[in-house]
Amino acid sequence: MQPFGLSFARALGTVALGLGLVLPGLARAQAPAGAANTFDAVKSRGQLVCGVNTGLAGFAQPDSQGVWRGFDAEYCRAIAAAIFGDATKVRFVPTTAQVRFTALQSGEVDVLSRNTTWTLSRDTSLGLDFAATNFFDGQGFMVKTSLGVKSAKELEGATICVQPGTTTEQNLSDWSRANRIKFTPVVIERLEEIVGAYISGRCDAYTTDVSGLAATRSAQPKPDDHLILPEVISKEPLALGVRQGDARFADVVRWTHFLLLSAEEFGVTQANVDKMANDPRPEVKRMFSKDGGLGPMLGLPELWAVNVVKAVGNYGELFDRTLKPIGIQRGPNALWTTGGLQYSPPFR
Amino acid sequence: MSQTTIDPRSLRAPPRRPLRLSWSDERVRAIVWQVLVVGVIGAIVWWLWSNTVHNLEVRRIATGFGFLGREAGLPIAESLIEYSPTDTYLRALTVGLLNTLKVAVVGIVLATILGTVIGIARLSKNWLLAKIAAVYVEVIRDLPLLLQLLFWYALLQGLPGPRQALNPVQGVFLSNRGLKLPWIEWQDAHSFALIAFLLGAAGTWLYRRAAIAKRMQDGRPRAVWPVAVGAMLVLPVAVWAALGAPWVVDWPALRGFNFRGGLNMSPEYFALLLGLTLYTAGFIAEIVRAGILAVPGGQWEAAQALGLHPGQVLRQIVLPQALRVIVPPMTSQYLNITKNSSLAVAIGYQDIVSIANTTLNQTGQAIEGIAIIMLVYLTISLSISFFMNWYNARIALVER
Ligand SMILES: N[C@@H](CCC(=O)N[C@@H](CS)C(=O)NCC(=O)O)C(=O)O
Repeated sequence: MQPFGLSFARALGTVALGLGLVLPGLARAQAPAGAANTFDAVKSRGQLVCGVNTGLAGFAQPDSQGVWRGFDAEYCRAIAAAIFGDATKVRFVPTTAQVRFTALQSGEVDVLSRNTTWTLSRDTSLGLDFAATNFFDGQGFMVKTSLGVKSAKELEGATICVQPGTTTEQNLSDWSRANRIKFTPVVIERLEEIVGAYISGRCDAYTTDVSGLAATRSAQPKPDDHLILPEVISKEPLALGVRQGDARFADVVRWTHFLLLSAEEFGVTQANVDKMANDPRPEVKRMFSKDGGLGPMLGLPELWAVNVVKAVGNYGELFDRTLKPIGIQRGPNALWTTGGLQYSPPFR
Repeated sequence: MSQTTIDPRSLRAPPRRPLRLSWSDERVRAIVWQVLVVGVIGAIVWWLWSNTVHNLEVRRIATGFGFLGREAGLPIAESLIEYSPTDTYLRALTVGLLNTLKVAVVGIVLATILGTVIGIARLSKNWLLAKIAAVYVEVIRDLPLLLQLLFWYALLQGLPGPRQALNPVQGVFLSNRGLKLPWIEWQDAHSFALIAFLLGAAGTWLYRRAAIAKRMQDGRPRAVWPVAVGAMLVLPVAVWAALGAPWVVDWPALRGFNFRGGLNMSPEYFALLLGLTLYTAGFIAEIVRAGILAVPGGQWEAAQALGLHPGQVLRQIVLPQALRVIVPPMTSQYLNITKNSSLAVAIGYQDIVSIANTTLNQTGQAIEGIAIIMLVYLTISLSISFFMNWYNARIALVER
């Protein structure tokens, strides 16, 4: 995006956090303890501010018209559709791995939909809450095919590119210690720069979430020149993040995700969602009819479920549209009914 | 800046008047205003502080510096001290601080040398030399530093990989992994020899001072160089030899993916150092040029009339006088190098900002992290300012 905006953007983010914490008016308006919460703030603003990554094919990347495309971007639209019945009421804010939490804490964004791993410390001392895991992932390595490496175990002595402020960075340290593999890190904040360093040969390998590797690989002129090694060295449940203690808004985000899963489970698609109000299955009818009563329980319009599925489709459709083209399989992200991990609690 | 001359009138105390408790008394007014201003500022600070604490509590964000003792887990590529990811955040931040100093100190020295040379070249009678220097200054100062850093970094990444490394001389390799040089295996004997050298240098300096003082008395010149050679060369070598003269060369060699052994200069450090040096040298050149131009032409002519050759005129007559003009603005250039070194994050050199940012991201303690960064820069900047002010006072014109 903005090639030189990096340090500046971070500085702004940090200052914003500082101000957010220091100035009472600004900060208390968003303080979760009071009556005012993010949900009300978003509604009265008439727009959802969604923190996405700075440009990762398949997840969130502006297309040639500047429209954000990808899995994470569609989740932002789904939440907006749930709240406003209008998927376009979203402002996308690109955040690097390092500034994302500051951006959320300071109130610069309402929700993080950007390859963020759910961990204990982030859930507690960083002041975040994770609403739902929308993509189960793990960390891997990518090398150039020409290097002749077939396994991560052969990386002894290698130089490895990694983004700072990620679980990736910490997992890499743990893994190298556990496997007694020494490596030299190259740590650059901006995604473009770190990928550039890998491509130029500054690093022998690039490590991040396997989905991120697949996305980067697919964006190269010759994807076949790059090999994702078979080892997956960590669990990376990528989750939607909100501010800690923001329970109502967290519910909205969480149930939007579950709605996408349930819609897939029941075969509800973008094309047939309008007909579901009269579906013989009680749960489906409850979800998609005008008097199901579920939306108001979340503080949402009655037809929120119809609006969401109409805007982005069900989880499977969304996945196939955004991630399948870059070669990512459902794998653990298949529904539980087909042996995957994606599972929605009942809508009642 | 130091006050070198004192207006004698300021030493005379004004006549004392009794304090009248009335608004018309200037001193009463002054006291009231000052108490008011301090009070308001104090209240604002207290208010901001209590809000911050309240907001952090509400958001349940961790506070305090307890995190400094926890395991950092972050990989750091280059470090002047022993470091592994199992060390604490405190140690990781120390590594970052040393990395900042490493680039700032070397950058200051190199930029000063280069800037002085270019500044003098701009005043050269050689047309081509003067023009080249002028173009350099214009171009370098007009391009944003970040752009220059990215440019140098991209250029260094364009070097061949380690297996095709350029190998101009035996043991020297240049590749996209950096510059590899042979180095000796450092042992205690080398440390002691280094200490001997430093003591020798101090001794030489003291001797030189004494020699000049004596010359002032009897007019006889005394050669300093035999003492210098003895104290700074013979002594360290003797110490080293007495300790067994260890000399094992550590040759860099390609093993697996990378070079092992030898001394390494990473592309990140090199790009940052190069960018900072070339950029700041452009500004220093202008300061030096202005300083030299500030010395009246009569000084040149008078010195030449005494039979000094141009080099002597420059070194002994002009530069010492120019220094008085040069030093104050130079201080801000040194401060700039230090502060600009924080652009390191863009090209992956792990300085204090880079490591504090990662720490801040992992612990969520933004306020503490920023406080640490500010403290570090403040301390470095104040140290530079104090030193330069001291130096400035030392070289100031002594009026007799
Ligand atoms: N899941 C990891 C890594 C997340 C991450 O930042 N991944 C990279 C590579 S997949 C990314 O999305 N970068 C985009 C950016 O920095 O804009 C975490 O939460 O720490």
